Amino acid sequence: MLELLDIHKHFGAVRANDGVTMRVEAGTIHGLLGENGAGKSTLMKVLAGFITADSGTIHLADEPLEVSNPRESVAAGIGLLHQDPLLCLPFSVLENFMLGRPESLVLDPDTARAELEELATRFDFQFSPDATARSLTVGERQQLEILRLLSLGVRVLILDEPTTAISASQRVLLFATLRKLTDEGLTVIFVSHKLEEIEEICDRATVLRAGQVTGEVELPVPAAQLVSLMFGKAIVPEERADVAIGDIVIELDGVTVAERLVTLQDVSVAAKAGEVVGLAGLAGSGQQTMLRICAGQRKPDQGVVRLHGEDVTSKGYNQHLDLGVHWLPADRLGEGLVEGLTVTEHFALAGDTPQGFVVDWQGAESEARTKITHFSVKGTTDSTPESLSGGNQQRLLLAMMPDHVELLLMEHPTRGLDIESAEWVWHQILERRTDGTAVLFSSADLDELLRYSDRILVFFAGELLRELVASETDTEELGYLIGGKDRQ
Amino acid sequence: MNADRRRTELRGMLFAVAGATVVVAFLLLALGANPWEAFKLLYEGSFGSMAKLSATLLVWVPLVIASASLVITYNTGLWNIGVEGQIVMGAIFATWAARTIPGPGWVVIVAGIIAGILGGVFWGLLAGVLKTHGGVNEIFGGLGLFFVSLGLTTYLVIGPWSREGVASTSGTDLFERDVWFPRIGSLDVSWLSLVLAVVAIAGVYLLMRGTMFGLKLKAIGNSMSSSARLGVASNRYMLGAFAVAGGLAGLAGTTQVMAFHHKLVPSVSGGFGFLGILVVLLAGFRAAPVAPLALFFAALSVGASQLELRLELDSSVGGVIQGTLVLFVLMAAGWQRRRADLRAAAREAQAGSAQ
Repeated sequence: MLELLDIHKHFGAVRANDGVTMRVEAGTIHGLLGENGAGKSTLMKVLAGFITADSGTIHLADEPLEVSNPRESVAAGIGLLHQDPLLCLPFSVLENFMLGRPESLVLDPDTARAELEELATRFDFQFSPDATARSLTVGERQQLEILRLLSLGVRVLILDEPTTAISASQRVLLFATLRKLTDEGLTVIFVSHKLEEIEEICDRATVLRAGQVTGEVELPVPAAQLVSLMFGKAIVPEERADVAIGDIVIELDGVTVAERLVTLQDVSVAAKAGEVVGLAGLAGSGQQTMLRICAGQRKPDQGVVRLHGEDVTSKGYNQHLDLGVHWLPADRLGEGLVEGLTVTEHFALAGDTPQGFVVDWQGAESEARTKITHFSVKGTTDSTPESLSGGNQQRLLLAMMPDHVELLLMEHPTRGLDIESAEWVWHQILERRTDGTAVLFSSADLDELLRYSDRILVFFAGELLRELVASETDTEELGYLIGGKDRQ
Repeated sequence: MNADRRRTELRGMLFAVAGATVVVAFLLLALGANPWEAFKLLYEGSFGSMAKLSATLLVWVPLVIASASLVITYNTGLWNIGVEGQIVMGAIFATWAARTIPGPGWVVIVAGIIAGILGGVFWGLLAGVLKTHGGVNEIFGGLGLFFVSLGLTTYLVIGPWSREGVASTSGTDLFERDVWFPRIGSLDVSWLSLVLAVVAIAGVYLLMRGTMFGLKLKAIGNSMSSSARLGVASNRYMLGAFAVAGGLAGLAGTTQVMAFHHKLVPSVSGGFGFLGILVVLLAGFRAAPVAPLALFFAALSVGASQLELRLELDSSVGGVIQGTLVLFVLMAAGWQRRRADLRAAAREAQAGSAQ
């Protein structure tokens, strides 16, 4: 039994954890549920020794536990698995596996290799000990990190939003692994803001809201109960209104393009005004390449791209921008917003206020103020994007979208957002349809694809495998197709 | 929030100056000199009389202009080590104008300024094109071009532009007296160079603060891929930054030949391109603090010669003081950044829980 008793952690005036008490039975999968900013990560960082609580105690197997850094925490048997584990990328899998082991003067790679292979076989993980860590997918990096923590003697494994960046098949394997671990008597704490995952895998769950525990439940319980614990109110999904579908906006004709890891093969597809087209597939199956082709960031090796019937194959990204194509990348800070520039400076750069040689700071600032109020961005005109939460970064990106967009391209529009923010984002996107905007988006979330798309394009290894009408399919069929096969 | 930031910065600066002073004082003691005496000599040697002040300003002018140039490229995210070479190129072009353009003195002076700027633009753009179109990192491109410009100077000085009958590295013939920059009374410093220096640094300040060009450079410097998504043509603006920075460096070279040496000498750039890097680091890549900081650095360089004369210390002590100060400022900045990161983490938690 692991007990966290009355944990307090304040950051300045912010009470990230305000008297949190949580009890976790040994040998179970315990969920920790809450929206973004509810205090889940803070609590787990306290448990794993990354930060020290202001007050409160932790007991592990009835012994008081005092850890001041992650190393001590691992020695006590508690290990935290990050979303995207920080590996030493140029090192091999084996070398990463050996890092952080109790030091001895001479490395013993043979024993470590045997242990790694034994563990990997036990959990059906398939990676070569000699491959470089760089060549692993995020899912495989997580697998390696789990094995490493196990070999260090970890008995309590914390997973912080582990499914955010991994594929559907890797998720299945991860969940199977977690069940195997609890069968062997280990304890798993599963942190997530995704209801379905908590329902699918956890035995019990603790729900946090604004730094406090709002409930602890034995699963299964009705989803509505979890939602009201998370948000203090039940969220009713918005009904998706139909809009009139117009003419073809974007059309790809026999497009082939070779990228480093995937070749998009002979894709011919079109999207119409007012239509929402979802792109499904394992990460790196060609969806991202297709979105970048539509955005004019990448020119096809063969084939033609037409926008409103006009051949734009050889036009660059900026010309696409002028033609009303708007692209929202998954990496909101790396490719979306400029770190270090204030919100006002963003609107001066790319807002609607006309700018000459000299910047119209007043115009830009008043535009910024209006837009962040309208889009409920929690921040000021002086805020820089890196100081905003993920949800607010996405709100800012949407706030910066021009009034009229012909074609909207989005990668993982709600990745990392809680339900409330995700609902809000989709409300904004769907509203654009009445204006005749065609929407193309990629997502790893099958429910999101089914709920918001008119049509779904399934990609597999660079091939456009199938075109589905969203209302005529379900998660099961989609899941099979994403894995490259038809339903049995 | 802005006032807050300025206060923390001022605190950091005071901490750095105090720390550097203590370290340097101990160093002077170890060398057997009285620190108080040494600091007094440094001050008197640089500001003690009109002639000393004039000598300090002679160093200040090229240092401020070179630093202004570096503010542009640093904000664009470019490590423009090639400023030194661009100064040399400006000096060569200005010398060419001074030697060949006919006409009254002021015509030649204006022609020299224009030619010097063009020389710097040319050399800066070359480093820029190597980067944007040749994939050559600006550090290596800039350094390589600096050595080319050095070679070119030496060739010109002992070759085509050598003095009548003598081939010596001591420089070309002195320019005609009427193409020297006009001086202030009997002092060595020229009012025209002072005006040019003030215009250069004020111009860069306004460019970075108030123009779309400056904002776009800043955006590229902070995130190339994000600013590309927002429609900023990064290659074009990077070349723009190289051109403007090169032009300023060329102007610094012009003042070196037309207001200081009055001829082309092999070491014409005087290391101001490199010293400017320290000034801009201290200034936090902003234009406003450059003028006073450069004055401080110029004073240290000029005043240090007094240490040699009066205390029999090597004048390189001036360089040691400069280096110590830079180290302390960087330390203070790193320390403050850590604290700012902690505050940002708290803000993020706040923003999250407020949702």
